[in-house]
Amino acid sequence: METGRKYSARTLLLEVIAVLLALLFLVPFYFVIVNSLKKFADILKNSASLPKTVTFDNFTRAWEILEFPKAFTNSLVITILANVLLALFCSMAAYRLVRHPSRFNNIVFMAFVAAMVIPFQSIMIPLVRVAANLGLTGNLPGLIICYLGFGASLTIFLFHGFVKSVPVEVEEAGIMDGCSPFGVFFRIVVPLLKPMIVTVFILNTLWIWNDFLLPLLIVGGNAELRTIPLATNAFFSQYTKQWDLALAGLLMGIAPIIVFFLALQKHIIAGIAAGAVKG
Amino acid sequence: MAGRKRWMNLLMQSVFLGPSLLFFVVIVVIPFFLGMYYSFTDWNGVAVTVNWVGTRNFVAMFSDTKFWVSFWFTIRFTLAVVILTNVIAFLLALLLVQPLKMRNLLRTLFFIPNVIGGLLLGFIWQFIFIRGFAAVGKATGIGFFNLEWLGTEATGFWGIVIVFVWQAAGYMMIIYIAGLMNVDRSLIEAAEIDGAGYGQKLRFITFPLIMPAITVCLFLSMSNAFKMFDLNLSLTRGGPFGSTESLALNIYTEAFTNSNYGLGTAKALLFFVIVAAVSSLQVWFTKRREVQS
Repeated sequence: METGRKYSARTLLLEVIAVLLALLFLVPFYFVIVNSLKKFADILKNSASLPKTVTFDNFTRAWEILEFPKAFTNSLVITILANVLLALFCSMAAYRLVRHPSRFNNIVFMAFVAAMVIPFQSIMIPLVRVAANLGLTGNLPGLIICYLGFGASLTIFLFHGFVKSVPVEVEEAGIMDGCSPFGVFFRIVVPLLKPMIVTVFILNTLWIWNDFLLPLLIVGGNAELRTIPLATNAFFSQYTKQWDLALAGLLMGIAPIIVFFLALQKHIIAGIAAGAVKG
Repeated sequence: MAGRKRWMNLLMQSVFLGPSLLFFVVIVVIPFFLGMYYSFTDWNGVAVTVNWVGTRNFVAMFSDTKFWVSFWFTIRFTLAVVILTNVIAFLLALLLVQPLKMRNLLRTLFFIPNVIGGLLLGFIWQFIFIRGFAAVGKATGIGFFNLEWLGTEATGFWGIVIVFVWQAAGYMMIIYIAGLMNVDRSLIEAAEIDGAGYGQKLRFITFPLIMPAITVCLFLSMSNAFKMFDLNLSLTRGGPFGSTESLALNIYTEAFTNSNYGLGTAKALLFFVIVAAVSSLQVWFTKRREVQS
C-alpha cells in the first residue's frame, strides 16, 4: 500500500495536513503544561494563554502532597519485579508446553489462552477474598504475585508462538555437547527469545505501570504502598478543582511513562504491532 | 532407569511450568469459579457465614434499573467508540503510509496518548472540558465549546467517547499501518494497470488483504470499550446522576461501595458471559472474511 512515488506537491499537501492534525491532537498537553506553570487566579482568568509569570510553586507543592518519590519508587519496584518474573516464569512455561506437548500440557495451554477473555472485573470480587486469605493484600510481594497470575495468559501465549519457531536442532546440538536441560534453556533458547522478551517487557510495562484497579484493591488501604495512579487518585479527590496543584501533579504523574516511551519508541511501536498481530 | 527418567521428567515439569501454573490457578482460576459460587449466595464481604440463596441475586439484577441504565450506556458507548476509533485510526494510517518526511515522528506523536493510563487521562481531560473548552469557546464563539461539558447526560457521554477515541486511535493506527505495509505492491500495481481508481483499490484489494488487522482492531477496541473503568471513574464518576456509569463501574460499586458482594458477583458473571460471547463471535465472523495472501 506504500506509495513509492517521489515527493510531489500532493505529498507536501498531505504532510501539512498530517502536521496540523498532530498539533490538534496534542493540544490537551499544551493546556496542561501552560496552566501548570500559572498561579490559580491566572488559570481562572484565561486557561488558554501562555503564563504571564512562570511559577514552579505548583510543582514543589504537588511533589510533597503526592509524596512523589515514594509513589514513583513503588511503581518502579512493582513494574520491574513483575516484569522480570513474568518473563522468566512464562518463557520457561511456554518452552515446556511447546517441547512436551502431553495431553495435560495441551489442556493447560488451552486454559491459559481461554482465560484471556475473562475481564478483570468478573473475578476481582472473589480475588480480594482469596488474596486476603493468603496474606497477599497490603504488601508489595502480594501485588506482584497477582500480576504474575494475571499476566501469565498473554505472556505465555506470546512466548509459545515464538518458541515454536525456534528449531529444535539447535537444542539437540546443545544436549550433545553435554548441556543440562537448564543449560539448554538459559544458554541456547533464551538468547533466541530476545525479540519476544522485548515485546513482552513493553506490553507488560505499559499495563502494570498504568494499572489502577488491581493495586487499589490489593494495596489501596496502605498509604505507604501507593503507586503513581493510586497517589494521583487520592490527591485528586482531595484537591478537586484546585487546578494549579492538580495539573502540576498530573504532569509529574505522566512524565516517567512518556520519557520511557520516547526513549524506546521504535521498539514500542514495533512491539505493539508484533504483539497485536499475534494476539 | 525408567523410574529415574520419570522422576526427572516430573522435576522438569514442576520447575518449568510450576510457578506460572501455580500463580495462574490461585489468582485467576480459583477466583473465577469461586465467583460463580458466590453469585448464588448472600455474601456481603464481612460476615463469616455465607448462605446459599439460589437465583435471588439474578432476580434482583434483572429488576435493578440502574444496572440496565449502565448496560445500555455501555452498549451505546462501545458502538460509538468502535466505529469512531477504527475510522479515524484507519484514515490516519492511510495518511501515514504516504512517503512523508516526518512520518515516523508523526506516528510517534499520535501514539503518545496511549502510553498514559486512563485514570490520569480522565483527570487531565476534566480540565480540558471544564476550563480549556470554555476558554476556546470564549475566544472563538463556537457553540460546541460553550456546551456544559460533562454536566449533562449527552456531554458526559460524548466527553468519554472523545477521550477514549483520542487515546485508542493511535494504537489502532499502528496496527493498521503494519497491515497496510504488508500489502503486496504488485497487487496494487496490477489493479492500477486494470484501471482501478483509489476507492476501488481500497475496496477490492486493500480491505480484503488487511482483514487480519481489522479483526484485531475491532476485537481490541470492542473489548476495551466494553470493559472501560479507569477513564469512567476519573472523568465523570458515572455522573451526572448515574447516566454515564459503565457496567464495570456498576459492578465495582455494587460490591465495594454497597457491600452487596453476592449481587456483584452475579453481575460479574453476566458481564463475563457477554464479553466472552461477543469476543468469540466477532473473531469468528471476521476470520471468515479473511483471504489468504
